This record gives sequence, structure tokens and C-alpha cells, in this order.
Amino acid sequence: METETLWDWSYVAEILPILAGAAVVTIEATLIGFALAAVIGLVLAILRFAVPALSWPVAALVEFIRSTPLLIQIFFLFFVFPEFGIVLDAFTAGVLALGLHYGAYCSEVYRAGLEAVPRGQWEAAIALNLGQTTTFRDIILPQALPPIVPALGNYLVALFKETPLLSAIAVLELMQTAKILGSETFRYNEPITLVGLFFLAMSLVSAAAIRLVERYLKRRVAR
Amino acid sequence: MGVRSLVAILALTIALIAVLGSQPQWAVFMPGLLEGTWITVMVALLGSALAVVAGLAAGLARLYAPTPIRWVASTYVEVFRGTSALVQLFWLFFVLPQFGLSLEPFTVAVLGLGLNVGAYGSEVVRGAIQAVPRGQWEASTALNMTRPQMLRRIILPQAFVAMVPPWGNLFIELLKSTALVSLITLGDLAFRAQQMNQTTMRTIPIFTLVLLIYLAISLVITIGMRSLEGRLGKGLARGRGAR
Repeated sequence: METETLWDWSYVAEILPILAGAAVVTIEATLIGFALAAVIGLVLAILRFAVPALSWPVAALVEFIRSTPLLIQIFFLFFVFPEFGIVLDAFTAGVLALGLHYGAYCSEVYRAGLEAVPRGQWEAAIALNLGQTTTFRDIILPQALPPIVPALGNYLVALFKETPLLSAIAVLELMQTAKILGSETFRYNEPITLVGLFFLAMSLVSAAAIRLVERYLKRRVAR
Repeated sequence: MGVRSLVAILALTIALIAVLGSQPQWAVFMPGLLEGTWITVMVALLGSALAVVAGLAAGLARLYAPTPIRWVASTYVEVFRGTSALVQLFWLFFVLPQFGLSLEPFTVAVLGLGLNVGAYGSEVVRGAIQAVPRGQWEASTALNMTRPQMLRRIILPQAFVAMVPPWGNLFIELLKSTALVSLITLGDLAFRAQQMNQTTMRTIPIFTLVLLIYLAISLVITIGMRSLEGRLGKGLARGRGAR
């Protein structure tokens, strides 16, 4: 019997293409999930801001989503929707859960951005006889969005790091693929370590990217 | 929201759990879920304690330790912040045994989550210490204190006040991450829920109760941290005059 090695490079070479394929699913889930989160967050923030009657219910919903674990929310969407006759495949349910969860976080970020726009901007828009929608779309949002880009970027990275949770409902992303590879060969060292390294590399790169964007935005404001 | 309305919501949540949990259709799930809740609370408590220790140690090391130790601390923080909590748990659970170190799922849970949140916490510690005004250091120097004395008597007590709210957020993050330990076979709340769901397929009652239980624990943490913040903040407000 051959001796157990801790790290087998030929095995690494064998699983690397499989993991690369799974990384695509991880990145897809990240991008679609974040697009959902960005839209849901904006809608929640605007509802909370513009419709006083909804302000309290929306706040309660956001608090509820932020206070309960994402994993349970993923299970909930995946297992509960079929009881109402809506069958979602694992990827859709998972991405939807990611979008909702981070949408709740993003709505707080948008809210901070909206509240940071000086009152005078609203008053000036009224003085110019602009409608509510025009004011919001052309005056308020363009000023509210740039300062919060770095904060949103942080949530993009956070969401990216939560995608392994989708493995719990058997989405074939990186973590699930690594687990399957491990269970086939009983070698967990390489797949799971590689997944960890992949996440570390991506996180460091995106953190650097966010810092660049932040610096760019700051310079633009300063000018 | 003020502490009082939070307490009201907490009371409402617990009442809802009690009412729903005593329904004939739902009552069967309660004993199992409460057992799981106990594990979840234990992991959250011990993990939080470890996170505070790791966060303080790493935060202080990154600020004041000699260079090699500072590197170790920075590496720890970057690795644990840069990779997924779930990946870290899996690594501790599946990969460490191959290096001859087998840990119980409970130990892995506390260790993994504590170190993960501790890495985020170290940045909180660092930020709070750096936010203490320079004048405080200068005044301590003028009083002829040694550096450890300054840190212990003057700087840290002030930094603690600024740390409380972000640590509250981190504790809630940690509580929510405890759901991950179900995936390394620890019988926490999420694990029990999934097990019952698989055997009975009664998803709505099970997961509704589970969400409400997590909400209740989160609220307890929020209320606790808020009152701590209020109590610590009082002394600070007096010391610095009306703000």
C-alpha cells in the first residue's frame, strides 16, 4: 500500500479543472445574488423613505431578515415554497435567499446614503417645480449613490463568502463540489484547502478593488 | 428603536413561540428544537468569549507587538476574514484530522466561529483604540505612566465604550453563523430543524419556530448590548462634559 501523503500534486492537477468549473457557478451565484440584493435593497430603502405608512413594516422586515441566519432562510425558501405550489430549483432558491438577505443589509446602506443628501436639495427641487419622481431619479439618487459604493462593495464580498452555504441545498458550487470530491476519494486536504485559497485570493483582490474605487470616488468628490 | 420597544418585541416573539409551540400540530417539534437551542446558545456564548479574546489579542498585537508577532496577527486576521466561515469549519473538521488532530464537532464549532468573528473583532479593537484622542496619550505621558499602564488605565477603558456597539453586531453575526455548525454534524437548532424536516416534511411549522427562536436570541443580545452601552456611556459623558 502506498504511503498517505498530506498533499498530492497529481490529485490537485486532476481536480483543479473540476473546481474551476464549480467556481463559475459560485461566481454566477454571487453576481446574480448581488444584483438582486442591490435592487431589493433600493426598493426597500425607497419604500421606507417615501411611503410613511410602510416605514415601520419595512423596518421590521429588514430587522427580522438581519436577525435570523441565512442558512435557515435558504432552507425556508427551498422547502416552504413547494408547499405553496412554487417549486424552485436549488440554485434559484439559494440565489433568491442570498438576494433577500443581503437586500436587507443593502437597504440600510441606501438609507444612509439617502439621508445624507442635504435637505436643501429637496427644497431646491420643489422650488424648481420638479415632480417627486424626477426629483428622486435626477437629483437625489445621483448624489446618494456614489458615497455608498464602497459599503455596497463590502457586502458584495460578504455575499461572495456566503455562497458556500448553497452547498447545504446541494447547489453544485465550489464547496459542494469539493465535498463530493472528498467523499469520492477520502482526500479532503486538497479540495477544501484549494477552495479556501480561492476564496482568500478573490477576497484580497476584491478588497483591493474596493479600495481603488473608494479612492477614485473620494478624488472625484474633492474636485 | 429604543430598548423598551425591543423588550416589547422580544416579549411578543417569546409569546408567539409559546402559543405556536403549544398547538397540537406544532408541539411535537418543541422538545427537539429546545434541545437544539441549548447547543446553539452554548456555541454562541463560548464562541463569543473566544472571539473577544482573539479579537483583543490580535488587535493589540497588530498595534503594539514586535514585528514578527504583528505579522502573525495580520496573517490570522486576513486569512479568517478572507475565507468563508463554512470553508473554515470544513477545513478544521475534515482537513485537520489528516494532520493527526481530530476535534469534536462542538470544539470545531466554537474554535472556527470564535476565530472567524475574532478576526473581524480585531479590526474593531484596532479602530476603537486609534479613535481615542491623542491628547489622552500625551496626558498619560505627562503623568509619567509606563506604556502598559497608559494602555490599561487610560486608553482601553475609553476604547471599550466605542467597541460595544460593533461587538454587539458581531455577536449577532456569530449567533447567525452558528447555523453553519449543523453542516459539520453538530446537533444545534438548525440541525434539529433539518432532521425533523427530513423525517416529517412539515416545513412550515418547523422553520417558522426556528426563525422565531433565532430572532428571540438576537433580540436578547441586542438588548443586552444596548443596556451595556447605556451604562458605559454614562461615565464617559460625565468625564467629557455634556456632548
